Amino acid sequence: MQLNSIISLMLLAAIPLVNQAAVLPEDRADILIHAYTGGGVEVIGPSVLIRKSLGNSFSASVNYYEDSITSASIDVEMITGASTYTENRKEHSFTVDYLHDSTIISLGYNDSKESDYTSKTASFGISQEMFSAMTTVTISYAQAADVVMDNEEPDFKEDVDRRIYRLGISQVLSANAIMGITWETITDQGFLNNPYRSVRYVDNSVGRGYSLQPEEYPSTRNSSTIAIRGIYYLPYRASLSAGYRYFTDSWGIDASNSELAYVHPLGDTAWTFDFKYRFYQQSAATFYSDLYPTIHYQNHLARDKELSTFNSHTVGLGVSYEFLQQSWSVLDRGSLNLSYDYIMFRYDDFHDATAGGGAGEEPLYEFSANVFKLYLSVWY
Amino acid sequence: MKQIILLSLTLILLNGCSVKPWVKPYERAKLADPIMSFSRDPISSAYSRHVYEAREGARGADISAGGGCGCN
Repeated sequence: MQLNSIISLMLLAAIPLVNQAAVLPEDRADILIHAYTGGGVEVIGPSVLIRKSLGNSFSASVNYYEDSITSASIDVEMITGASTYTENRKEHSFTVDYLHDSTIISLGYNDSKESDYTSKTASFGISQEMFSAMTTVTISYAQAADVVMDNEEPDFKEDVDRRIYRLGISQVLSANAIMGITWETITDQGFLNNPYRSVRYVDNSVGRGYSLQPEEYPSTRNSSTIAIRGIYYLPYRASLSAGYRYFTDSWGIDASNSELAYVHPLGDTAWTFDFKYRFYQQSAATFYSDLYPTIHYQNHLARDKELSTFNSHTVGLGVSYEFLQQSWSVLDRGSLNLSYDYIMFRYDDFHDATAGGGAGEEPLYEFSANVFKLYLSVWY
Repeated sequence: MKQIILLSLTLILLNGCSVKPWVKPYERAKLADPIMSFSRDPISSAYSRHVYEAREGARGADISAGGGCGCN
């Protein structure tokens, strides 16, 4: 259910920065099929993104995105005893960009719905090119109104208010290199936990040694993130990019990730290959525990593994084939793309409660995930 | 001391207004190459961000987002 809020905010907050200032984005259409499997969760679905300029000053885009989720994750197993649930989420978004001289003003709206979570987000951004187009500064703001529901309790309905502030600077360093810095602050207020998820506490009166109680999160969360990245055109036609991101929030989570990517067009052929490596690590929220000593041990309780101490490694490969290198009818060019990411997650203080072996003595949890993207793009 | 700092800051800011591009527009062909984009295919990078943000505590300011190379 929290996927709903995450993607709607993330996409809209990203919209103004995806543009290249003082040039409207290219007219293009993309259709993507995505598939994720890992940790007992399967998510598949389509995404369609169409962008078209309107005259010389406007460009509009529409996006439809869908997730079909089948989940028997470790959280579900512990609470319900291995029953599987299915869920469907549909998301629509619309953006419009207005170009005037060296300024682009962007507006966006996003609507996301699933059976127990809805999210509506509006965003505004302005991007300004300066110093003879050597520097681009972008500021954006997004505000979201979410509603959290519970499929098992029709009367349950809680609100979440979320605000996102972003500042980005992109700088041309040389004829071969660009760098960028992005800072983003997000504030949340409302019902931030999952109405279905439980924490566990020591209870020697039952055979497995623990019992469950609903999680309880703080009603506010403030976070700040800063990212720095650079991309370099190698002496032959290929690019190498690197980035580092640092995150901190009022729940005590500190996280960082590093990325390295290499893009290699194969000579004068229509093939392009992508290689990627990413490392992520985070510390746990201050109120997180895998196993509390007693019931109601403290005011705030969480056993969401996304709030625990863990790290992940990603290795990614991609291949693109450009099938329209010469214009044909209204189409300028087209490409067919396939990418695969392998992600390994390792948790330092989240035990596999389904493995047995005594409460708190179970093996630490780890899992790997496979992520596929197949998409077709045409430019016109 | 305060005046010196203010004067220095003013001079720095005025100097910023007269920055001359050290990469001329006609030298930006490589920067305009699609392989130099942090987010070459927005539909793909948006999905990748979603995969991570749904499974990690961190959020925002994704490394692959953003752009702007002055390539017009």
